[in-house]
Amino acid sequence: MSAGADSIVQFDNVGLRYGTDREVLSDISFTLYPGSFYFLTGASGAGKTSMLKLLYLAQRPTRGAIRMFGQDLITQPRNALPDFRRRIGTVFQDFRLIPHLTAFDNVALPLRITGMSESELQKPVSDMLEWVGLEHRIDARPATLSGGEQQRVAIARAVIARPEILVADEPTGNVDPDMAVKLLRLFEALNRLGTTVVVATHDVHLLRKVPDSLIMRLDKGTLSDPTGALRYPPRREVVKG
Amino acid sequence: MKGPGIIRRNAPRFGGESARMLPQARIAGPMPWVIAIMIALTVMAAAAGLALSNVASNARAEIAGGITVQIVEGAPAARERQASRALTFLTGREDVVSVRRVPDAELAALLEPWLGEAAAGSEAVPTPALIDVRLSGPVTARRLQDLRSELVAEVPRARIDAQAGWLAPVFEAIRSLQVLAVGLVVLLAATSVAAVWLAARSALGSNRDTIEVIHHLGGSDGQIANIFQRSIGMDAALGGAAGLALGVGAVFVLGRQFGALGSGLVAGGALGLADWIAIGAVPVAGVVLAMLTARLTVIGALRRML
Repeated sequence: MSAGADSIVQFDNVGLRYGTDREVLSDISFTLYPGSFYFLTGASGAGKTSMLKLLYLAQRPTRGAIRMFGQDLITQPRNALPDFRRRIGTVFQDFRLIPHLTAFDNVALPLRITGMSESELQKPVSDMLEWVGLEHRIDARPATLSGGEQQRVAIARAVIARPEILVADEPTGNVDPDMAVKLLRLFEALNRLGTTVVVATHDVHLLRKVPDSLIMRLDKGTLSDPTGALRYPPRREVVKG
Repeated sequence: MKGPGIIRRNAPRFGGESARMLPQARIAGPMPWVIAIMIALTVMAAAAGLALSNVASNARAEIAGGITVQIVEGAPAARERQASRALTFLTGREDVVSVRRVPDAELAALLEPWLGEAAAGSEAVPTPALIDVRLSGPVTARRLQDLRSELVAEVPRARIDAQAGWLAPVFEAIRSLQVLAVGLVVLLAATSVAAVWLAARSALGSNRDTIEVIHHLGGSDGQIANIFQRSIGMDAALGGAAGLALGVGAVFVLGRQFGALGSGLVAGGALGLADWIAIGAVPVAGVVLAMLTARLTVIGALRRML
């Protein structure tokens, strides 16, 4: 079996630069496997958000190759990308909730994009809001929600369509430690359902909260592999073997 | 709280109500009013163009085949004799459909505004005898020349003119006004497109975050364009209805005022059912144009995103 044959994401010598500046990511190569839980760490400015932008298809790399869901992303036409994006859930660092929509409507957005009917989406959206503990805030607009509540709405929106990959940028950055642990448990629950989770964080204490997680560390745009997560086969499988 | 169907009944979605994805203060915003003014002006220009077209068509139909014979003779008795001969000559021809001697009283009434009540109809100012003739088929230059030669041989003091000839400058003026009306409609349409383009660009800018979120969640260009298209379509429909009401109101008022003139030429400009249908189509065309412009503008802008 070749490296990446059963992978969900594969980066091969990927580089990214904005305009004519120096590369913010250089020679990034790694493989993500279905159902795994990854932390992406690094100091502020290390390139975590840029890496996540490549993962949730907000940017194309300036060099290298990316395969996702078994397909070469670089050669995909632009109009094929929405289908890829619908398989990826994203929790943005600044939540990016739509301000004039209620919590329900923000969470329902990915389902509406896929064309689900109003009657079909009522239950899953209500259940999801209950799952994140916001069933009492269903009609609240983002401006009336606390930071932690907004974060949970953002997470609910990211996972409502059962994405194959969940990408979260500093998802616990605006919540208290108890809520941070609770949110991680949500990610773990989703991970147990088969979703590959990638959480970017600079909080090293968080890494210990998810024992089975794999760590990718970015330092000035290059990737190191402290747990062997990037090797093929990953260390977890070597240990199992 | 699960499945609050009543609360969610009017929730926005990517179907008929997707325009609600964008926050809008519809009537408070300028777009419906801009479109209303454009549609009102377009309705008035279109109505003017159609009325002028009707005036020209009716006048042409009325004077097609029409010729006027004048007996220019100062002596009343000789004038009457020659007029009778001309009537006999014209009535006997196969290509003449109708012949009518314009009664002296009618002639006097026509001339009264220029000659005054006392002079008109009196022999103090001799006026020619007028005969209105309708030929079968159009009056060509050759046909007119032949008829003139034959008539003058019988009635030496006869002058013959095609009615279309002396109305030609009027038709030219009407044609110029029609071109002007079409030009106005085109200019107004172009201005409307520019206004919608600016509005769509402005809406794109002010809703950039919302668009990016929908884009990142997997919304396609078509879905995002639909949101703008529907939103601007609703504005255009509101503006179009208001503009149509305003424009039709103005056309009615102007129509009544022109109708009161009592001129046969102006009366020929009355709008028919087909004209009203065409005028009613102006706001529909405006809405379609606005939606198409919005769609193309938004898709053009989205293509610059990944």
